[in-house]
Amino acid sequence: MNAIEAQGIHKVFNPDTDEEVVALQDIDLQIASGEFLSLVGPSGCGKSTLMRLIADLLQPSSGELRVNGKAPAQARLDREYGMVFQHATLYDWRSVSKNVQLPLEVMGYAKAERAKRAQAMLDMVELGAFVEHYPWQLSGGMQQRVSIARALVFEPSVLLMDEPFGALDEFTRERMNLELLRIWGATGTTVVFVTHSIAEAAFLSQRIVVMTPRPGRITQIVDNPLPYPRDFHTRSDPAFHALVAQLRDLLRDAVEAESAPPRGA
Amino acid sequence: MTRNRLATYLPTIAVAVTVLLAWELLVVAFDIQQFLLPKPSAIFAEFTFQLGLWLAPDERSILFESSGATFWEAIGGFVIGCGGGVLVALITSRWTIISEATMPFAIAANSVPIIAFAPIMNNWFGITNPASKMAIVAIIVFFPTMINTVRGLTLVDARQLELMRSYAAAPAEVLLKLRIPNALPYIFSALRVASALSLIGAVVAEFFGGPRATLGVYITQEASAFDFAKAWTAIMMASIIGIAFYLAVLFLERRLMPWHVSFREE
Repeated sequence: MNAIEAQGIHKVFNPDTDEEVVALQDIDLQIASGEFLSLVGPSGCGKSTLMRLIADLLQPSSGELRVNGKAPAQARLDREYGMVFQHATLYDWRSVSKNVQLPLEVMGYAKAERAKRAQAMLDMVELGAFVEHYPWQLSGGMQQRVSIARALVFEPSVLLMDEPFGALDEFTRERMNLELLRIWGATGTTVVFVTHSIAEAAFLSQRIVVMTPRPGRITQIVDNPLPYPRDFHTRSDPAFHALVAQLRDLLRDAVEAESAPPRGA
Repeated sequence: MTRNRLATYLPTIAVAVTVLLAWELLVVAFDIQQFLLPKPSAIFAEFTFQLGLWLAPDERSILFESSGATFWEAIGGFVIGCGGGVLVALITSRWTIISEATMPFAIAANSVPIIAFAPIMNNWFGITNPASKMAIVAIIVFFPTMINTVRGLTLVDARQLELMRSYAAAPAEVLLKLRIPNALPYIFSALRVASALSLIGAVVAEFFGGPRATLGVYITQEASAFDFAKAWTAIMMASIIGIAFYLAVLFLERRLMPWHVSFREE
């Protein structure tokens, strides 16, 4: 079964005005259940918009979108997905454990169950010793791990991640990539991962959707031949370098085509 | 730790002692008349005298009675005004249209010298009725509290709202778990200002007339009787109450939001 099915998706911001922007055009995409898929492309290519359509934070202008076979609004009401943003967006006034419990509180879980699940989740992201800490007492990488725990604590079948490691330094980022693969392996969640880092997309995902801007569209969907488990040797694998080069070429061609003078002008 | 604390407060104490000493010396050196500026020692003597009267079982201290009366006017007005401000903010921010329609008026009202209404309140509620002073205090503190609360409830990070939306949270839950905690720092910064304003409001409203045993009336009467040590002691009492009030709000703030950036250690 497919976790996400998109067919002929268009998204236009400010339609019929001077500021009309075609954010997404002709998006066809199927994401299998349990798949790790990355959306990669330069700013303005619509990768975040596509994710926000899946999350029902935006509605498509036209086209058909299904999340676990349901309309996105219904999937949201059924709590089918968890979200992680670029910034951890933790609540300052809540301890680490209480932050992770937030979705459970909203969803009406019993108190004992909340604490148990939060502890288990924080153990999984290796922050079990920090439950009583407050967000400001943690490093950026630790905060982002709390935010991942919070997104997974109610066991959603889909994890939507919008440049989750974009604000972290290179070393933390690489560690977090390994961490995420481990969590993905342990939970079997479908992961949709938005990034503008080609190397990150190549390291993490099974398939990489290359997107280009103005209008935002899918240029190509690239299968990743690298086997799992992936570790720090993966980055020195010639196949990894070949994949990165392939993705870079795809993106460069698209960007060059865009900066060329408009045809027929 | 104790050593550290001492080191932190020492400069403040030194400044206070220096200012009082300089004041005393200037009054003595230039032979300043006591009705222009009494010596700090004279003010302190009057204070201990009044304190003695107040503590004695069969004596009365008008000064301490006045302080108590003014204190309750300020507190009453503060509770009514701030409570009302928070309540109205909660109601109006529930419907964006209402809060957007009322905010310009609230901001305009906040710039009006509301103390000018004191004589009118005296007519409405009766000049010796504490309600007339409470009303002025309540109106003075209402607007800053309401404005700040509306800001705190509405200026919420868009990502945090989206997070709540992704959980399919009901509006009441968003209010309780996100908007109100987010508003707390805004509310408390208003309450701190309001704590000072409420005492100023009460004393100045009493300048326009009130019961004998209130600080504003006490100060005007003693000043016109040229008993400046008494007037200054009353001013000192008003200052002490004002500072105590401010500290109480600060204490509450630390208890309710220890997570806030201004209270973090290190």
